[in-house]
Amino acid sequence: MNPVLDFVPIWTAIIALGVFFYVMLDGFDLGVGMLFGLAPDTPSRNLIMNSVAPVWDGNETWLVLGGVALLAAFPLAFAIIIPAVYFPVLVMLLSLVFRGLAFEFRFRDSENKTFWDHAFAYGSGLATFSQGVVLGAFIQGFEVTDRTFSGSSFDFLTPFSVVTGIALMFGYGLLGSGWLILKTEGEVQASARRHGRICLVGVLIAIGIVSIWTPLAQPVIASRWFAFPNIVIFAPVPIAALAVAFFTWRALGSSREAGPFIGAILLFLLSYLGIAISLFPMIVPYKYTLAEAASSEATQAFLLVGTLFLLPIVLMYTAWSYWVFRGKVRGQFGYH
Amino acid sequence: MELDPVFLSRLQFAWVVIFHVILPAFTVGTASYIAVLETIHFITKREIYLRLSTFWIKIFSISFGMGVVSGVVMPFQFGTNWSRLSDAAANVLAPLLAYEALTAFFLEAGFLGVLLFGRHLVPRWAYLFATLMVAAGTLLSAFWILSANSWLQTPAGFQVVDGRYFPTSWSEAIFNPSFPYRLAHNVIAFYITTGFVVMGISAYFIRRGTFAEEGKVMMKMTLWLLTVLVPLQMYVGDAHGLNTRQYQPAKLAAIEAIWETGSELPLTLFAIPDQDAEKNLYAIEVPYLGSLILTHSLDGEITGLKAFPPEDRPFVALPFFGFRIMVGLGIIMLGLVIWGNWLRIRGRLTTTPLFLKVLQLTIPIGFLTVIAGWVVTETGRQPWTIYDHLRTADSMSPSLTGLDVLISLLAYVIVYVFVYPTGVILMARIVRKGPRSTGHGEGDSPVEAGRPEAPVLAGAIEN
Repeated sequence: MNPVLDFVPIWTAIIALGVFFYVMLDGFDLGVGMLFGLAPDTPSRNLIMNSVAPVWDGNETWLVLGGVALLAAFPLAFAIIIPAVYFPVLVMLLSLVFRGLAFEFRFRDSENKTFWDHAFAYGSGLATFSQGVVLGAFIQGFEVTDRTFSGSSFDFLTPFSVVTGIALMFGYGLLGSGWLILKTEGEVQASARRHGRICLVGVLIAIGIVSIWTPLAQPVIASRWFAFPNIVIFAPVPIAALAVAFFTWRALGSSREAGPFIGAILLFLLSYLGIAISLFPMIVPYKYTLAEAASSEATQAFLLVGTLFLLPIVLMYTAWSYWVFRGKVRGQFGYH
Repeated sequence: MELDPVFLSRLQFAWVVIFHVILPAFTVGTASYIAVLETIHFITKREIYLRLSTFWIKIFSISFGMGVVSGVVMPFQFGTNWSRLSDAAANVLAPLLAYEALTAFFLEAGFLGVLLFGRHLVPRWAYLFATLMVAAGTLLSAFWILSANSWLQTPAGFQVVDGRYFPTSWSEAIFNPSFPYRLAHNVIAFYITTGFVVMGISAYFIRRGTFAEEGKVMMKMTLWLLTVLVPLQMYVGDAHGLNTRQYQPAKLAAIEAIWETGSELPLTLFAIPDQDAEKNLYAIEVPYLGSLILTHSLDGEITGLKAFPPEDRPFVALPFFGFRIMVGLGIIMLGLVIWGNWLRIRGRLTTTPLFLKVLQLTIPIGFLTVIAGWVVTETGRQPWTIYDHLRTADSMSPSLTGLDVLISLLAYVIVYVFVYPTGVILMARIVRKGPRSTGHGEGDSPVEAGRPEAPVLAGAIEN
């Protein structure tokens, strides 16, 4: 192998970035979908839905990119992890079907509007829960023989994965309320602030539970965090998380409009960092490292050329489409 | 009864892919049609083209939404049900899928928001640009996905190390032997499929009398397109057949239900292939025509199925009948095009009641042909996922039990059986309302207390 160029760190960074973009972007619109279910009347529901209608499709595309980029850069991880979470992935996909269609069908199918309202809210909730369950199962690790998953299709279902599932619902809910505070005014914005605070409390409790549970269950993770000097190096992560949580709580209570969304994103970033610190360099936890699961150099190089060229362009026109729909979403023809 | 996970996974894949493919079959054509209408409107500023474009954007938005959600399912199928194929082939295959996401999906999704909601928010040229980008995205998507599928059918540009497939030449892998034919055959099929939908809806408008003017404009445009594409498709299909004979001989033998290798072979119009007895029952044959069509000479030799061990043969009946349905529908389409042009010459294209009625009935003809074609090509390559290399039975995720797959299959069946008819009903509703110039008060749902009826309409309304 070529010792000069090692693509594995680059691909690790790209995939980490891609997954984070997905979590942030589809995270807020799935969260908006759940908050939609709590809205009191049809006008506010219309407004909430219109706030994400022009961008949800692009957000969901990051899920596809994350999936196929994982397959391309770390195929062994894809081939082990995806069958291991067969049912959560199934539930997620079917929930996304209903939720995605609700955008088109709800307005055109007025006699079944209530059904599509439910499809949007429950679809968003179930998809989020499934993703949280996948995350929990991932942290716990999989039964692997040779190059394949050898457990049962129900191994994913543990108390821990249920907790991470619920945790992600609070997390996306927080992102969603941040987005709504940014994009709406009046009653809808006020209730987004209230819901945001509930979600923030839920997120903090969940982060607390996971932070205690994981090192107790996995001695590897415990020694990673608590051995000297790591404890000093990594201490800023939980401390920063607490500071961000405090800032977000204050922003939710004040008249600041961008603060809660930024706070939610930072909180996600720090939790994400925490998981990365716990598991690195494993991509199939406790079994295969990133380097072991990587695809061939030719594969990584071929895709890298295009990715480094195309990804900035994608980000540019994605930003442009957000810019086109900037500002508060209002009733008439929206997006002024 | 023993539940066979491989069989059920194949059934599941067939189910999700067949339901998915009918959406690109429609959205690729519709996106291009919208781009054409917008371009004409941009240049001529004639209002009728704007009305037509706005109308088709509404239909497009529903079918595209369905295409996206059913499409997100597809890459995950590789992981959930075919993880050993993923592990073996990812080095070659996955970059093609990743490039599809990078070049096509983001292009579509990024500009779709503007297409659906942004007519008043961006300059005219930027709106036109967005429609062109959405159309380009759908075509790029077809390029990459057909390249990946073709590689599985006629793999090239790779080497095998320890049962896994590694790239040696990307140009050979992407432009593998069957890819150009498959790409041309599919994209033309997608345009034809949309063309017959447009013809049928035009006929409906003309017959009903409301929006007759719009109907006539659409029909005259679209008949030109079909006049070029339907004969072209037959030519491309023939070339694709010659390619299949060269690279997938067992598939070709199954398509024609030819058991014995030989020359001067007849063309079998109808038969019941008997897999166990290795012969055809009740065959109706035309002498020499088989060799003539398949090899372009009267005494060309074709390899029969008996040249392959029984475990390497496809299940003959599916490609055999699928092919006859596909070609039969193609001949009907050619007949409609000839009929339409004959009427056009006599100046009666839009005034012949029987022709209009038939066009309405043939709205789904392209979809049925596309599905038949997919059945031919996908069942014809069995028992392989990577042709001549990796068997379907060795491609499955080993952890899955028959019950696991049965549960997931039923879930997909129930959801799709609910979702697809709903989508069709909603599209039919848009068609019934027709291409109105404004959506105020007569749109798809009642106006709600000063709120827009739908984001889709909100962007599309001219005022």
